[in-house]
Amino acid sequence: MPTLIMGSARDIVEHCGVPRFLYTDFPLGNPCGKPYDHAMQLSIISQAIALFRTATSANTMEQTPYLWSADNSWRDDYARVDDSNREELAKRGEARRKRQAEEKATGIERAAMIAEA
Amino acid sequence: MTEIYDVPYMERTRDYYRAQGYTTDYVWAHNSETPFTPLLKPMHASRAGVVTTAMPDTEIGRAHRKVYSTLVAPIPGSMYTKELSWHQAVTHTDDVNSFIPLEQLLVLVDEGGIGSLAPRFHSVPTEYSQRNTMENDAPEILERLREDEVDVAILVPL
Repeated sequence: MPTLIMGSARDIVEHCGVPRFLYTDFPLGNPCGKPYDHAMQLSIISQAIALFRTATSANTMEQTPYLWSADNSWRDDYARVDDSNREELAKRGEARRKRQAEEKATGIERAAMIAEA
Repeated sequence: MTEIYDVPYMERTRDYYRAQGYTTDYVWAHNSETPFTPLLKPMHASRAGVVTTAMPDTEIGRAHRKVYSTLVAPIPGSMYTKELSWHQAVTHTDDVNSFIPLEQLLVLVDEGGIGSLAPRFHSVPTEYSQRNTMENDAPEILERLREDEVDVAILVPL
């Protein structure tokens, strides 16, 4: 079945290798366009449909023309580890492992991924 | 001012997990040979199906991570995304169409850009276990897409 990925984690999708990839350079969460921006969402899906037509080989990637904002500080912010949160992250990991051990004991096998704060 | 660069998510994720005391790095999926299936029909005659990593925002969807199918009409007002890794500090997932392209695909159906939209879309849980995804969830999703007589699948990870 022909498939296409719409996504924002470029390095992950390219590492995986996929038939067709439409990349939008946004913070993770809105790979189909900004919330409530119907014109942008329609433009992005239209580009995806066009990519189905034009791609002829695996690992075909195209980028949409949008930027999230003039302020690019979100790029530095994602999953940042520095002196301001190192201690808190260590504690969070410990609490999470404890919770996972408890869940395992009660038979829940499919734990969630780490959610980003 | 920060420059424009592609965020190195794999590196950030590795560092983030290590900072939480995890000693084994996550192994990302990797196809040594990427498959490619050409279009079988023109897009204006094709039925599109959609797959998301978001779970249904229901009691069972919030509690149990597994494959689900949800009707496209009416478009759900919300999906459960809290346990997924996305940039919660700078954006939100209150508009379902910003991560599951349903409303916009219906516009394209009206305009004749695609033939039709499958009556339901599917949720696949993100997983540490690639084996679980490859051997259980992916075949289940494919079977459901085939039941829906889908010609092309649009996969949208958050």
